Amino acid sequence: MKIAVCIKRVPDMDVRFKIAAIGNAVDEAGLKFDMNDFDSWAVEAALQIKDRDAATEVVIVSLGTDAVQETIRKALAMGADRGVELKTDHIPFDGLAIARALAAELKDGGYDLVLFGKQSADSSNGVVGAMVGELLGLPLVTAISKLEISGQKGSAKREIEGGQEFVEFPLPAVLTIDQGLNIARYPALKGIMAAKKKPLEVKPAQLGAQTVTVTQMELPPERAPGRIIGEGVAAVPELVRLLQTEAKVL
Amino acid sequence: MTTCVSSTPGAGNGSVAVSFGMPTNPLDLCDIDSFLSEEERAVRDSVRAFVDDRVLPIIGDAYVEGRFPKELIAGMAELGVLGANLPEQYGCAGLNNVAYGLIMQELERGDSGIRSFASVQGALVMYPIFAFGSDEQKSRLLPSMAKAETIGCFGLTEPDYGSNPAGMITRAREQADGSWIINGAKMWITNGSTAHVAIIWAKTEDGDADGHSIRGFVVPTSTPGFSAKNQKGKLSLRASDTSELSLQDVHVPADALLPRSGGLKSPLMCLTQARYGIAWGAIGAAMYCFEEALSYAGNRVMFGRAIGGFQLQQARLAEMVTEIAKGRLLALHLGRLKDAGRLTPQQVSLAKRNNVNVACDIAREARRLLGGNGILTEYGAMRHMENLESVYTYEGTHDIHTLIIGQAVTGLSAFE
Ligand SMILES: Cc1cc2nc3c(=O)[nH]c(=O)nc-3n(C[C@H](O)[C@H](O)[C@H](O)COP(=O)(O)OP(=O)(O)OC[C@H]3O[C@@H](n4cnc5c(N)ncnc54)[C@H](O)[C@@H]3O)c2cc1C
Repeated sequence: MKIAVCIKRVPDMDVRFKIAAIGNAVDEAGLKFDMNDFDSWAVEAALQIKDRDAATEVVIVSLGTDAVQETIRKALAMGADRGVELKTDHIPFDGLAIARALAAELKDGGYDLVLFGKQSADSSNGVVGAMVGELLGLPLVTAISKLEISGQKGSAKREIEGGQEFVEFPLPAVLTIDQGLNIARYPALKGIMAAKKKPLEVKPAQLGAQTVTVTQMELPPERAPGRIIGEGVAAVPELVRLLQTEAKVL
Repeated sequence: MTTCVSSTPGAGNGSVAVSFGMPTNPLDLCDIDSFLSEEERAVRDSVRAFVDDRVLPIIGDAYVEGRFPKELIAGMAELGVLGANLPEQYGCAGLNNVAYGLIMQELERGDSGIRSFASVQGALVMYPIFAFGSDEQKSRLLPSMAKAETIGCFGLTEPDYGSNPAGMITRAREQADGSWIINGAKMWITNGSTAHVAIIWAKTEDGDADGHSIRGFVVPTSTPGFSAKNQKGKLSLRASDTSELSLQDVHVPADALLPRSGGLKSPLMCLTQARYGIAWGAIGAAMYCFEEALSYAGNRVMFGRAIGGFQLQQARLAEMVTEIAKGRLLALHLGRLKDAGRLTPQQVSLAKRNNVNVACDIAREARRLLGGNGILTEYGAMRHMENLESVYTYEGTHDIHTLIIGQAVTGLSAFE
């Protein structure tokens, strides 16, 4: 079995962002980048299948600038076998353009499973995995939190509002991964050394036409500072009054 | 209880950079990261993630309980931090010395006790087996030590011989059949009660005053006559096993001897390895304290503003960030020298002495900046401050390194 995992390099979300001078993008200066969390769970899922000797090859695909090589090598350090960078000078907002470029790479790869994170931490569109499933004409299950593969069949669990859903599908299939499926392993130090010697192919991304663009970005308005209205039980009536009359939330 | 959120330290989005409006990364003002290779950064980031996820959440409690968190050992081994700069043929990661130093930095960012565990296992037990051991000893012990299936300790210091190990009393007597009987006592031995094997340094001749007959032995701690006792009452390095060892007619076979060890120089070579790691590690502890202080200074409001806006606290933070940058550059420079095979013990003394000393100061200043909260285990500064007092003393006290540097520059020994 051959598995492809599509991963995205995203900024560390623990900082407050600044908007770049052009007005429609984040200022990347000083930001730290890493693999999107959902994608790291997708990588882990693939590696767990490989650890059980159920997969022969795990291939990592990432679209972006050459900086994504570092992120691909992290996945190789975790244990994936080889990487493909689909090179572009910037990652477009248009999910369909990204999906077309990924599908072009994946379609003749002979993959039994194509895994994605359910969404990226930065743009949060959550569409690329689903679009690739459609473009490849393969069964698609999104946002799975449990996965079992046996032979040419798979089953998955999805968390839905107020319950759980159990899904079965034939392979090949495209899956997007939700939180809770696993905990991603740390790249072991030996793995980091071994990753240097694993193949990483660079190809131009076939993005095609882009129809959706970001025109402007704005930061959320500053929150007004907190206010201390009193202490202990005595302060409750005033708190209730303000929540009713000022905040209008009660 | 006040119903107040805005001044709760550590609350909010933890965004240090924003509250100070800084364009650059305050944790790496001098962009020292750009001197690291991609692999070196990857190693650092992997160990940092491990420390953030596994060490930091439990270390405060382990410290108060006075307990070495053994549950971390398997994860550390899996990650590959034990003997990480030794060759791959022995199951080690085969990293260069800069990557190895970064591991020590990150582990000690968690706690000096965790770094001490790794230092002892790698630099003080695996290294002497690698450097002075037979092929059989190496292939038998190193892979199992890298996996932490075998844990080691290093017994040099004795109750009456600390800074002056040449005077040690522990004696190994060769028997007619080539086996050895060892008698003596060791003190302050990190991992002593946890270890499966102890590297015991002992004299092999009577009347040896200068330590020329000192040799190393790999002693299984299960050997009859060997006992280890946890040292109680520590106010420093509490999340570390520090034990007294007693050896009474401990009988070991001929192949317990590390065949290529000889003289005081052998244990000192091990100490040079460990001290090199400490020069990095201490800066890791300092980095944690600085980060904590910086975040606190941005969030703690007093007199109507973040205390980071007051000149006195800025002076503290500026001093910290400056000494950390200098310490990191020194450690990195030493790492490159070590990789080039040009590192001298005197350079290691200089870096150990400087970096531990500045880390002690930084931890203390961070603790003070944190006000009352600074004495709690919820914050790391005071734990690091207490730990670093041990680091200041072990592996050659600050004073002893002063004398080594003094001798290196004057050509005059203050020891004799
Ligand atoms: C937590 C901890 C863990 C340790 N782990 C280990 C271990 O795993 N293995 C091991 O073998 N040892 C270990 N040690 C021992 C450590 O290396 C010794 O404590 C250290 O070498 C100092 O020896 P001492 O305590 O006997 O102090 P002393 O040598 O008695 O020194 C006392 C004071 O005198 C000063 N002094 C000594 N000689 C001179 C001089 N010539 N000139 C000026 N001042 C001098 C010292 O700087 C110090 O201030 C550990 C110690 C601690 C605290």
